[in-house]
Amino acid sequence: METKKVKKGKDQIAFGIIGYLLVTIFALACIIPFYLIVVGSFTAESTIVTKGYSFIIAAKDFSTAAYQMAFKSPQTILGAYGITIFVTVVGTVLSIFITSMTGYVLARNDFPWKNGFSFFFFFTTLFNGGLVPYYLLCTKYLGFTNRLYSLILPGMFSVWNVIIAKSFMKGIPFEMVEAAKIDGAGDFYIYYKVILPMAKPLIATLTLFVALAYWNDWYNCMLFMSTGDQWNLQYTLQNILNSSEALKRIAVLTGMQVGQLPSEGLKLAMTVIATGPIVLLYPFLQKYFVKGLTLGAVKG
Amino acid sequence: MDKKRGSMQKKLAKNRTLLLMLVPAIIFVVMFSYLPMAGIVLAFKNYRYADGILGSPWTGLDNFKFLFVSSKVWSLTRNTLLYNIAFIIFGMIFEVGFAVVLSELTNKIFKKFAQGFMFLPYFISWVVVATIMLNIFGDHGVLNSVLTSAGLPKYNVYSHTSTWPVVMVLVRLWKQTGYGTVIYLAAIAGISQDLYEAAGMDGANVWQKIRYITLPSLKPTIMIMMLLAMGNMFRGDFGMFYQIVGSNQLLLKSSDILDTYIYRLLLTTPDVGMTAAAGLYQSVLCFVTIVTANWIVKKIAPDYTLF
Repeated sequence: METKKVKKGKDQIAFGIIGYLLVTIFALACIIPFYLIVVGSFTAESTIVTKGYSFIIAAKDFSTAAYQMAFKSPQTILGAYGITIFVTVVGTVLSIFITSMTGYVLARNDFPWKNGFSFFFFFTTLFNGGLVPYYLLCTKYLGFTNRLYSLILPGMFSVWNVIIAKSFMKGIPFEMVEAAKIDGAGDFYIYYKVILPMAKPLIATLTLFVALAYWNDWYNCMLFMSTGDQWNLQYTLQNILNSSEALKRIAVLTGMQVGQLPSEGLKLAMTVIATGPIVLLYPFLQKYFVKGLTLGAVKG
Repeated sequence: MDKKRGSMQKKLAKNRTLLLMLVPAIIFVVMFSYLPMAGIVLAFKNYRYADGILGSPWTGLDNFKFLFVSSKVWSLTRNTLLYNIAFIIFGMIFEVGFAVVLSELTNKIFKKFAQGFMFLPYFISWVVVATIMLNIFGDHGVLNSVLTSAGLPKYNVYSHTSTWPVVMVLVRLWKQTGYGTVIYLAAIAGISQDLYEAAGMDGANVWQKIRYITLPSLKPTIMIMMLLAMGNMFRGDFGMFYQIVGSNQLLLKSSDILDTYIYRLLLTTPDVGMTAAAGLYQSVLCFVTIVTANWIVKKIAPDYTLF
């Protein structure tokens, strides 16, 4: 018995050493790039050009020039922030409303066409017409070009989210609906006053995922927005990265030549500015994301 | 007949509110999914802007002939498929591997921080990933700074076409592993502790417990994740490839996928018909793979089908 215990300890120690080592390496690899971006954004442009980015900044290389430049003419960044925040808030609220409402109807046992409609929605995840018809429809017939709603509407409805909502609401006892019906409540009233309050975990996680998708969106902006003053954060960042239009705009607004801008540092400073809110909120929201993932994974 | 119509009317009246509540969702799928599906006709037409979709003349299969003869659709299809297979296999190994390891570690605080760090890359956009890569692998990047200070020659990741696919897989693993790990950890948490205790009584070591209890219990989750991934085998991650490969001509040779190619065609060629044909070709491939994958799962493990 005694020897057995020692033996058992050995394999656990071996596993523990390997396990902690592997996880530490990978976790550090995940977090260090974020640290490097912050370090890089505070490095003087001349140092970046001559010596490159590094792990630590010497005091003499420290500079806030990139941030000063970014906020010297705050129109670009504040405008992009404004658009991203507006689109995220409005899009998320509407999306959660429509998604949960659709999920509720499809989860109602007494709705006679629930299977038909479920398939009608689900089929769109299996087959689509491709980018060209979609793009032509949006730009030529729906007037999406340079309209703010072109950043909101495409991401508003996701069939996968409806499936998650539906399976969550199926877990709510149907007696709740029946009892409310006997009390004379209408179908919308039941959704709004009975089901929604019970679906708070669902609402919380859907909100996080939908809001994250809106915050990180650049694709719709790229497809539909041609003028710089309607670009969101991510697309502005993308343009600064490719140092074309956005840098020119900043140069014009600050009255400098493109060559004079601390463009390398500015790229990183913009990345910090665009990602900052997510990374700062992340420690508080992480557990809800984890819950939400398992909510969808187990039942979906 | 009358009676039937009467009951239908009754049914409609009874479910009036519920039907109304579906209207927004119906509008969305019709507008963004079903109407574009009807736009598939473009692939069989010679689209002229002035004539619109309906007025443009039919050309039969000319667009497809042109697409397969003149363009590099085959190599694009191969790239898309091979990249996705690499992502699925390595992703699976990393996600399951780290979930198993994390579940066996006992230090709660360490686990919490490690998981938090690993999940973080999932939350940033591919645009930000592209900046991070420039910061590390670019001309002025940290990698080259370190190499230079160690007296070694500079290494430019972006100009080595042969190692580029490895970089893509690594970036993919960096961004997605944390996400997948969460799903598998949840599945592991659902495994009964009695099994492990019984195995411990029988003298099983950690490796044996993983081999004979944890991994077999994860099979259903792995199957579902595989099925989902396989269904999208011909759909590349546009955001990833567009942001990271961009318009780097050197890398595009090995890292152009159907999605990025179709997007570039849309912007650069006036030949809308051929671009639509390329899109339809990809959509049909995707449809066939997902239906096939689902059919196979239905044969061998009917509980885990998608539909």
